[in-house]
Amino acid sequence: MLKSRQELKDLREKCRKAAKDEVRKILVCSGTGCVASGAQEVYDSFREILERLAIPVSLRFIEDGHGVGLKKSGCQALCEKGVLVRVEPEGYLYTKVKPSDCETIVTETIEQGRHVEGLAYKDHDGRVCKTTGEIPFFKKQTRLVLENCGNIDAESFLEYLSAGGYSSFEKALYDMNSQQVIQEIADSKLRGRGGGGFPTGYKWQQVYRQKLFPKYIVCNGDEGDPGAFMDCSIMEGDPHRMLEGMLIAGRAVGASAGYIYVRAEYPLAVRRLKKAIADLEKYGLAGENILGTDFSFKFKINRGAGAFVCGEGSALTASIEGKRGFPRVKPPRTVEHGLFDKPTVLNNVETFANVTVIIDKGADFYKKIGTESSPGTKAFSITGNIENTGLIEVPLGMTLKEVIFDVGGGMKGGKKFKAVQIGGPSGACLTEEHFDLPLDFDSLAKAGAMIGSGGLVVADEDTCMVELARFFMNFTQRESCGKCIPCREGTKRMLLILERVVSGNGRSSDIENLMDLAQTIKDTALCGLGKTAPSPVLSTIKNFRDEYMAHIVDKQCPARSCEKLKKFYIEPELCKGCVKCAKLCPASAISGKAKEAFSINPEICTRCGICVSGCKYAAIKEAW
Amino acid sequence: MENAIDLDFTRNVIDEFNGAPSAIIAMLQEIQEKYRYLPKEIFPVLSRTTGLSEARIYSLATFYENFSLEPKGRNIIKVCDGTACHVRKSLPILERLRAELRLPQGVVTTGDLEFTVEVVACLGACGLSPVLTLNGKAYPAMTPDKASNLLRSVKESEVPRDA
Amino acid sequence: MKGYMTIDDIPVEIHDERNMLELIRKAGIELPTFCYYTELSIHGACRMCLVENEKGGLEAACSEPPKPGHKIRTNTARLRKYRKNILELLLSNHNRDCTICNKNGECRLQSIANKFGIKNIRYINTSYTPEPDESSASISIDRSKCILCGDCIRVCNEIQNVGAIDFAFRGSHMKVATAFGVPMADSPCVGCGQCAAICPTGAISVKNSLEAVWTDLLDKTTEVTVQIAPAVRVGIGKHLGFEDGKNAMGLIVAALRRMGFAKVFDTTLGADLTVQEESREFLEYVSKPHDLPLFTSCCPAWINYVEKRHPDLFPHVSSCKSPMQMFGALVKEYYKDNGKRHVHVAIMPCTAKKYEAVRPQFAKDGKPVVDHVLSTQGLIHMIEQSGTRFDTLEPEAVDNPFGIVSGAGVIFGVTGGVTEAVLRALSEDASNAALLATSMAGERGMEGLKEFEVEHKGETVRVAVVSGLGNAGRLVDDIKSGKKSFDFVEVMACPGGCVCGASQPYAPPDVKEIRGKGLYSIDKLMSCKRSGDNPILEDLNEGILKGREHELLHVSYVSDGKHGA
Repeated sequence: MLKSRQELKDLREKCRKAAKDEVRKILVCSGTGCVASGAQEVYDSFREILERLAIPVSLRFIEDGHGVGLKKSGCQALCEKGVLVRVEPEGYLYTKVKPSDCETIVTETIEQGRHVEGLAYKDHDGRVCKTTGEIPFFKKQTRLVLENCGNIDAESFLEYLSAGGYSSFEKALYDMNSQQVIQEIADSKLRGRGGGGFPTGYKWQQVYRQKLFPKYIVCNGDEGDPGAFMDCSIMEGDPHRMLEGMLIAGRAVGASAGYIYVRAEYPLAVRRLKKAIADLEKYGLAGENILGTDFSFKFKINRGAGAFVCGEGSALTASIEGKRGFPRVKPPRTVEHGLFDKPTVLNNVETFANVTVIIDKGADFYKKIGTESSPGTKAFSITGNIENTGLIEVPLGMTLKEVIFDVGGGMKGGKKFKAVQIGGPSGACLTEEHFDLPLDFDSLAKAGAMIGSGGLVVADEDTCMVELARFFMNFTQRESCGKCIPCREGTKRMLLILERVVSGNGRSSDIENLMDLAQTIKDTALCGLGKTAPSPVLSTIKNFRDEYMAHIVDKQCPARSCEKLKKFYIEPELCKGCVKCAKLCPASAISGKAKEAFSINPEICTRCGICVSGCKYAAIKEAW
Repeated sequence: MENAIDLDFTRNVIDEFNGAPSAIIAMLQEIQEKYRYLPKEIFPVLSRTTGLSEARIYSLATFYENFSLEPKGRNIIKVCDGTACHVRKSLPILERLRAELRLPQGVVTTGDLEFTVEVVACLGACGLSPVLTLNGKAYPAMTPDKASNLLRSVKESEVPRDA
Repeated sequence: MKGYMTIDDIPVEIHDERNMLELIRKAGIELPTFCYYTELSIHGACRMCLVENEKGGLEAACSEPPKPGHKIRTNTARLRKYRKNILELLLSNHNRDCTICNKNGECRLQSIANKFGIKNIRYINTSYTPEPDESSASISIDRSKCILCGDCIRVCNEIQNVGAIDFAFRGSHMKVATAFGVPMADSPCVGCGQCAAICPTGAISVKNSLEAVWTDLLDKTTEVTVQIAPAVRVGIGKHLGFEDGKNAMGLIVAALRRMGFAKVFDTTLGADLTVQEESREFLEYVSKPHDLPLFTSCCPAWINYVEKRHPDLFPHVSSCKSPMQMFGALVKEYYKDNGKRHVHVAIMPCTAKKYEAVRPQFAKDGKPVVDHVLSTQGLIHMIEQSGTRFDTLEPEAVDNPFGIVSGAGVIFGVTGGVTEAVLRALSEDASNAALLATSMAGERGMEGLKEFEVEHKGETVRVAVVSGLGNAGRLVDDIKSGKKSFDFVEVMACPGGCVCGASQPYAPPDVKEIRGKGLYSIDKLMSCKRSGDNPILEDLNEGILKGREHELLHVSYVSDGKHGA
């Protein structure tokens, strides 16, 4: 239990020194992705081999003395290439590591410092990249928030300290008063990373002014966007950075408790946060009279129970209060009457992680990154049909083109870029014409899109945009809380229309009705999620109206993706008239005279495909 | 029944949270972890001690997707249908699993209570899409065939249950 | 004044309006709403009250506080379009069998859709197939008409604290349901009917016994008598071209006679009997040591509430039957040797009376003493169906031998009325000054909870008057925990008392107050103010009731061991 600033400083110094002494480290990526790929087995294998070879190993930072540091790190970002292992001090990154590779890594790299080329990352042109610094994916990134993520043991409080941890909080607690902390955040122009981009400093100032106590800090870790996992990576990979940000917020506005609402699907994040909070309590950085001061702050974790809408602020606080996740009408605003009707700072995981950076490095430093109105960095998860899928952090204002081609490595399999869906089910799609669009809050808003939580899903020429719109509408419709009429009834109608369109039953009035419904929902829905639910439809109609028309008028899917619009036909030149297909067809859709070319009646055909595999002459073709 | 509903367990859970109505979701989560669903028998106890009406608790249990009022299978498979998994064809995997387990429309749990197959919005492992989890463990880059194999391996490794 | 707002170019002064909607309505503009009620929490879900500000932004008038200098418009092209779209969406998910609906003509959805001229619905109807829940004796539930405004849920939870229903599931699968969807009769529902009163559509409606009454009434071999509860006379209201709060008793009597009721009586006599019995019981109760107060028993929803929530309180609930049941027992006794089949109807402002009437505790020879309970709204329909033009009638008096009633009995229909009637009975001083003093003891007014003390023979009597089951529930908790202590507690389940009963035509709180005042005006005009001064009581005590008070006027809800409604 640390009882003073000096004790904290001393411990940090001890950790720093220990980290310096710990020259050799094996960092086994233990993010959700790599765990799924077998990170635990790789870790166990390293441990077993090191012990077998009698190489001193340090599993617990400091406590195990000076051996090879074997660590479970946070997400190392190239999830698809997992299990990722990095060996320090060389910085060699090994990809797709299996337990059977561990012995080679130990004998080659650990014992002799040699690089194992077979496990190295190879770029687009097959060039071997030994370290992350050589990989194009990392070159254009600026890792501020994710600085520690992947570089330290995600479960070690002491290692976080060794990396300068809790010095921001220390500063905020001893060297600054509330107003100064808030001013620093305001000066940094930090904007909430959860979607809306609301100025964080302004929000804090409002809560600070409230006379009602207790006040609460709430961290939104309910990352519901299906295709985003930045917050997950921070909670799993560097939980202390976020907790430190919450402590700073608590200190700034005079709050005494912090609630962390974590999505149900993130059990690893919950486990790591619990461990981190237990460590904070153990070391006296959480609880009563922190570091012997009069500042007290308790952490609580609430696990989500499966409702996307709880990512909306008032629904989230309702859920913590043990209620249905219904958003409520505002005013009163969360800053005045938030959790348990008390003044509440509600920010998301990434925002709190940024706070720690700003207090540490100062608003002036922070503002140099990113753009004038959107300073700092933003973490994105890029997924879909792109070469490098994974977690990235880039300065705000980077153009779409840079993100997709320089960081993301371009399209997978050399396919043609079609669009990128940004902001998930609340977001919009951007196309080639937006390549030079800077990704920041205001530019995106102008383009009718939003950063949202930061999910980037890249679609290539084979992706049907109508189907993508249907997918998102299906999601929002399923996740609609049902409280307000426009969202509950309107999204249901939009989905029914979209389902009809992708199955070839679209009507000429469908686009018009979709637009009418979309506009109504956008303007009248109760909460932010409802208001943005029609965005994917509006933006795909705007950018890909032709595709909608093709589905509705021609009953065709230009991307050759919509299963129900697939047609089978028999190439007359290739058909020998063997009758086999007609016999196989369970729907009796194929007819013709023996020894002459057969044909398929599209009205009857159920598109089961049995005839295709049955035809010896490959005469049956698919068309859209 | 495998588990007779032990109301003492529920009472202990309630005590753990001091019967606070705001902790009702956490209580339900713990109870569901034990029984793999929310038995009807626990509702009156919860209602009496928290002061929340049974209708309110039922309201919560049906609002949040993770709660189930029906017993779930011993093995729970969650197929991710987040955006990344969806564009990389997660639905055929789901269809295969449902077909292999002969689950009729609208049913997610097998009659013998061995398997429950659910769809989840995103597991946060988009880089490895399509993903599914089996009893909490994630399996990356799945295909329908891999899913079939997984199912088979679970069935084969099944140790006979104690009497 | 706190500045002014400009609404549709009209400057409107801001006073203490809680939100823009109140201010807009003050300006004489009727915004359509489905989920706003001054007495309930703000839900903000129907989105019909959106208004447009100067910047083109839309604001929900129900939740925005009035802001000085703010300019809004309530009827723009956009707002019109959105309101119509919202109505269309609602209607596309609504069972539109309007002509055969219980609320036909009284449905807010119907009237607003009509106002907005919704003629064409672009989407197929996806409403549920009707699956009415008729298990409750008091209310009917038809989910195919539900628009999920949540008004019923908020009344049931916030005002009545019954918690029988809540939202279940979510999104487009959301519905209003009991726990596990059990039938209403098996839920904690007490039949107060407040949900039905507030429901803007036909999703929840008061059970209707019109046809059964007509059948008996038109059967020549049956003699049908009727009793009319006090609150009915001031609540029959606008539907019949009559002002709320004005005494329509004489006209109701006349109308009922025309319809063919053999005898028309006033439940108020039952109230007088209740006062006689209850004051006697009270004096006995307070003469013994008691931790808990004596609770009144007139309100059947309260009895249901005690039965389902606090059965341990029954020993402290007055053993008096309700006025309706006392009167019913009396009438049945009176007509028992009449030779003709006799049917007794009670016209009540109350939905819970429907269940009270069929309670086994009140059965005589296995049959209820009150055969049909007709709601005030049902009475209005009957009058309309009979073709009688209410405005052409001449007032008539009720029939003998139960023709005289007291003012004390009339005020039974408003919160505090039972208490005042009992206090009048307890007071030995019958002077006007004493009556006035009694009326100012603290029992009058529409507040949900009134606590006061009175002197009786040198002893202090601690009294609480509570209306609304939410208030009652909290009071019971305070009494049980020892936080509060009383000798006498009057409970009425409906906020404001029977005048605000769910079987009355729906009225906002200010109209409910007018109805309550109407009963006090009637009392003022009565020469017989105290129940004990009613000469009929003496006749009854010496006659029909002699030696049978216990059988005819008292009841035990626990003796037969049945607790479920």
